[in-house]
Amino acid sequence: MTQDQTVNQHTMAVLVDNEAGVLARVIGLFSGRGYNIESLTVAETDHEEGLSRITIVTSGTSMVIEQIKAQLERLVPIHRVQDLTIEGPSVERELALVKVAGTGDPRVESLRLADAFRARVIDTTTKSFTFEITGTSSKIDAFIGLMKPLGLVDVSRTGIVAITRGIDRL
Amino acid sequence: MPPKPSQELMEGAEIILKALVEQGVDTIFGYPGGAVLPLYDALFKQNQIHHILVHHEQGAVHAAEGYARSTGKPGVVLVTSGPGATNAVTGMVDALMDSIPLVILTGQVPTQLIGTDAFQEADTIGITRAATKHNYLVKDVADLGRVIHEAFYVATTGRPGPVVVDLPKNIQVEKGPYTGSPRVKHKSYRPQIKGDIDAIKAAIELIAGAKKPVFYTGGGIINSGPGASLLLREFVHMTGFPITSTLMGLGAFAASDKQWLGMLGMHGTYEANMAMHDCDVMINIGARFDDRITGRLDAFSPNSKKIHVDIDRANINKCIRVDIPIVGDAGHVLEDMIKIWKANVTQVDTDARESWWAEIEEWRAKDCLSFEQSGDVILPQYALHRLHELTKDKDRYITTEVGQHQMWAAQYLKFEDPNRWMTSGGLGTMGYGLPAAVGVQVAHPGALVIDVAGEASIMMNIQEFSTAVQHDLPIKIFILNNQYMGMVRQWQDITYEGRYSHTYSEALPDFVKLAEAMGGVGYRIEKPDELDSVIKKMIKSTKPTIVDCRVAQLENCYPMVPSGAAHNEMILGPEDVNMTRKDDPTLV
Ligand SMILES: Cc1ncc(C[n+]2csc(CCOP(=O)(O)OP(=O)(O)O)c2C)c(N)n1
Ligand SMILES: [Mg+2]
Repeated sequence: MTQDQTVNQHTMAVLVDNEAGVLARVIGLFSGRGYNIESLTVAETDHEEGLSRITIVTSGTSMVIEQIKAQLERLVPIHRVQDLTIEGPSVERELALVKVAGTGDPRVESLRLADAFRARVIDTTTKSFTFEITGTSSKIDAFIGLMKPLGLVDVSRTGIVAITRGIDRL
Repeated sequence: MPPKPSQELMEGAEIILKALVEQGVDTIFGYPGGAVLPLYDALFKQNQIHHILVHHEQGAVHAAEGYARSTGKPGVVLVTSGPGATNAVTGMVDALMDSIPLVILTGQVPTQLIGTDAFQEADTIGITRAATKHNYLVKDVADLGRVIHEAFYVATTGRPGPVVVDLPKNIQVEKGPYTGSPRVKHKSYRPQIKGDIDAIKAAIELIAGAKKPVFYTGGGIINSGPGASLLLREFVHMTGFPITSTLMGLGAFAASDKQWLGMLGMHGTYEANMAMHDCDVMINIGARFDDRITGRLDAFSPNSKKIHVDIDRANINKCIRVDIPIVGDAGHVLEDMIKIWKANVTQVDTDARESWWAEIEEWRAKDCLSFEQSGDVILPQYALHRLHELTKDKDRYITTEVGQHQMWAAQYLKFEDPNRWMTSGGLGTMGYGLPAAVGVQVAHPGALVIDVAGEASIMMNIQEFSTAVQHDLPIKIFILNNQYMGMVRQWQDITYEGRYSHTYSEALPDFVKLAEAMGGVGYRIEKPDELDSVIKKMIKSTKPTIVDCRVAQLENCYPMVPSGAAHNEMILGPEDVNMTRKDDPTLV
């Protein structure tokens, strides 16, 4: 049987019990079965119910993507898995902290570009700025690319978080 | 949960045993050590739970698997921390692959020492995460009762599997309230039992219109319980269609039935594999399109519409894309199928069915399992044929090791009922059969329990023969001794031009003396005409018994679908072997 061999990127939202080791189960599943993780974020989202939300960006053929969802669903502490790419539409955002060091023109230029990207300055010394920027990953890539010749020294990114559009919850 | 003032506090070890008793546990297989001393002390003080002391923790897990597979109840294991737990890992993966419900209690160093490289500390939760269906570390005695009950619930529902509960020593001693009950309501785990009724209706429509249908069944029927086997028989008889099964599903359908085609797959029958290849509708119930079944994926049953009933959604479209997936328990889905069939299907295309059977009869006429015993050297097939004839009317349970003997056992021993056949299918664990036989015999004291073994495999857990002696378990080990790791040697024949690299056993024990030295009975068979009399003695033996049956050293197991071949490219015998066939390193 010939199957669709095109590899596509998918974003999955995973609601899990916030218990010890749950992230290891998810990551172990991906490494053990040879699936890709392109981005992964996790944080508690419902303190009363003890629930965390994991956002995973992965890629694979349609058969692999279907497998990933089914394999995630069978992990015992997992409540729900949503393939946002299929069950969307959804919005995605990433946050990055970008540190640029320098003086003189490059320093001024970095500030001007930051303004154009709506990045905020969250720390300053006489020789550096740290910017906070949110947006799509490609916007952040573009911003980092522009900062490189202007004295980029360090980047910290959150990875992608995503949520469906409209009124429904996960 | 803070204890209610009235609630009585119990020691952790007592809580564990109370929960086990509430779960109906009568037997546990175990091996003591420092980190489980409190639990062993609690065991000492009670008499509701019977403890079977093994000689290696791997043996405990396989014994529990044999117990579980032959009774339908979960098997329970108790081992110490560190090496006790790591020794049990092979058994866990074995149970995971074959969907056997187990609860494995492992000792752990006290909570305050976890992470300090304490004596006999191992990260059991980390190590067993991928070896179990689920695992728990209990850090608060107040959770203990609930976690034990939950472990049984997870192990036995949905697709069954092994569950580890890691028990720090201090938790076994601390006092706490008894929490939880056997009626578990889990926060997130929701196995799907009933199949989608619209999908079942669509499946029935497809089945009713089929011209060349075949049932392909597996271990899921056995796991669903004996009721599922009865429903399967009813449905298959209603349709009049042919049926085959995987290694794991043998016994779900009676081997003596006219509609039975024999096992399918790598060493399946010609008729079963050809029917799979040529069918127009495939009805997979409780099997998972394993590579040992499908052969080359892109040539697998190219012209069929496929129905797949599986309790594990992740098995759907994993290896083979199917047309009608049905997620649910085999027994429940079969029940619905029968109902809908009775209500809607007035007749099947009997003409098509008859000509399909005529085609199948032609394949059957090849008589692919025939062999000719002549001369002084015992053919393994003949040995098993005699073993079958002399034991088939007894209350018989068969376990196996892994290798050619296992495949011959699947081919030549015929199973009429479920839960009578215990073998390591998914993991293919040499050393499974002897301890599994121990577990089966514990559960069925009066039955005839035979481990069909190879001389290499049996050495992997031979220490468990002492367990059988210690607990008066008269298991029978029937070794087809070919002095080779026959199955590996066979592949060396077929794809490595007969270079037998390290597959000959230069040094083997005298198995008769070995049996005697360990406190059992040993027999040797060297000539075909000795088979019947020794097998009869073996059956009568009231002690653990080893039969060292010397068989043809270079016999290969056929039919065979070599890895990477299609079902219709089977090798039926040595004359079909093309010595230039290359091993395909991209396939197992
Ligand atoms: C624990 C383990 N190690 C290695 C293997 C690979 N293997 C599969 S069959 C086999 C040979 C088995 O020899 P024997 O028990 O004598 O059985 P025979 O094939 O000769 O009947 C080996 C080494 C395995 N299945 N399990
Ligand atoms: Mg051998």
